Amino acid sequence: MPNSVTPGQGAPENGEQAVDRREFLKEACGLAGPILLGVISLPALAGEVVGQEPQRRLYGMGIDVSKCIGCGRCAAACKIENDVPAEPRYFNTWVERYVIQTDGEVVVDSPNGGIDGFPPTVSEGEIERTFFVPKLCNHCIDAPCVQVCPVGATFITEDGVVLVDQDYCIGCRYCIQACPYGARWMHPEKNVASKCTWCYHRLKRGLVPACVEVCPTGARIFGEVEGRATPLARHLRMNEIQVLKPHLNTKPKVFYAHLDGEVR
Amino acid sequence: MSADVYCPWVGVPMHACRSLEGEAVFVSPSVVPQQVVRVGIAFAVAVAALLIARSVLIPKTFGELGHYRAAAVDSIAAHDIKFAGKQECAVCHESEMDRLKAGRHKGLTCEVCHGPSAEHTMSPVDIQPPAPRDRAFCPLCHSYNAARPTGFPQIDPVVHNPLDPCITCHEPHEPEPPYTPEECSACHGQISRQKAVSHHARLACTVCHEVPEAHKISPREVTPTRPTTRAFCGQCHASQNPLQGLRAPQIDLTTHNPEYLCWQCHYPHYPEAGGL
Repeated sequence: MPNSVTPGQGAPENGEQAVDRREFLKEACGLAGPILLGVISLPALAGEVVGQEPQRRLYGMGIDVSKCIGCGRCAAACKIENDVPAEPRYFNTWVERYVIQTDGEVVVDSPNGGIDGFPPTVSEGEIERTFFVPKLCNHCIDAPCVQVCPVGATFITEDGVVLVDQDYCIGCRYCIQACPYGARWMHPEKNVASKCTWCYHRLKRGLVPACVEVCPTGARIFGEVEGRATPLARHLRMNEIQVLKPHLNTKPKVFYAHLDGEVR
Repeated sequence: MSADVYCPWVGVPMHACRSLEGEAVFVSPSVVPQQVVRVGIAFAVAVAALLIARSVLIPKTFGELGHYRAAAVDSIAAHDIKFAGKQECAVCHESEMDRLKAGRHKGLTCEVCHGPSAEHTMSPVDIQPPAPRDRAFCPLCHSYNAARPTGFPQIDPVVHNPLDPCITCHEPHEPEPPYTPEECSACHGQISRQKAVSHHARLACTVCHEVPEAHKISPREVTPTRPTTRAFCGQCHASQNPLQGLRAPQIDLTTHNPEYLCWQCHYPHYPEAGGL
């Protein structure tokens, strides 16, 4: 019964337009509803949910540990390509040397990210096995660093690359704490979070990341995860693949082949 | 005003509608009462302030693609590149590229040795990429390191022609060794070092491996042979063998774990039985 007045609740006697309680509440709700809805839904309308799986392209990287010779050219090239300060020693990518000793102790080192080489630390008689492991941001599909950012300054692009908006970052370091792979660092001059971008500016020009470009043994393979006839697809198909810290459910997109169980 | 007309806001009959002072208040039902107007104004101001604050505080393009500034993607993508990529080098340096393709450095990009060269591609004459000519550079890859994969060519820079730059003997664009390696240790450093301190130190690699000459040129395509039978090791280690003068540990091939091949338990390059 719209616009009618229930008898006994104060119907106007002389046909005068009147508003009773019911009508007032109706109108008030009618007015407040859209306003409240609008306010609530503004952030939701503003964009899709963070961490949603990207649709079109999904970049990934393969690393064949058995091919890495520990020359550190990847780390050196990355510093040049991305203007990473040489000192203090922050790295977007670096090479770790694992030494599993005969007594079972595991020694991991990465002197200057491997850029200057790896002087021997353990006498050869004490080495059970030893190898190099290149490390970098895993560009996780469910990236914890993106989840914790209070201002939306770090994000996953539509093609699956985790980036930092350095003009918008407030430098709170939450993301550096949140990254389980130690891939983020505080830029000493800009005072904002920094990290590997998979050389996003190179990807957009049809080039591979600098570390992949300079790797002399082809230990790093870059491409689209869902591609079919690509070097990365071959890497994923022909090798037994592991990711780092799979129990954290971050869904990393750096796929290691021939990875030793001691690697953390 | 009759008694059955009710004050629409308070619900009491109109004649009972009184102010605090007890005066009769006559409210025209068509006029929005003052308190509602005040709350409405306050509400409108709050909504306006929220909208203004949002427009000021939230950067442009925030939320266009996701919970971030869409413009940031473009600004990151606009960074300058430093490494031009091998295809760019091939545009001008055809002959070097042909030589490179044929040799063992075919997988290398030019810029791993010559450094970032995007500026060189812009002004090829003014900006020349450097070529590393000192002994410090090549050992970054080719000095012996136990952690490097077996078979990767490695030398000890301290004893390997210590005074000569690498390029006096090796052409980096087609890095065939100046002569085929005389020593297997040139590539198999880890094995040779282990063997050197083992009881097999005096055995040449060729005692157990037949090495085709082509292995030195195409190490992964042409591989040396390996022993295949227990009888091979038995030439020295079987108690019934004729080489008693070697004083090698003796076993009876017929009773000593005949279900296994020797190297399933013993590492021939560092045999642990009686080892150092």
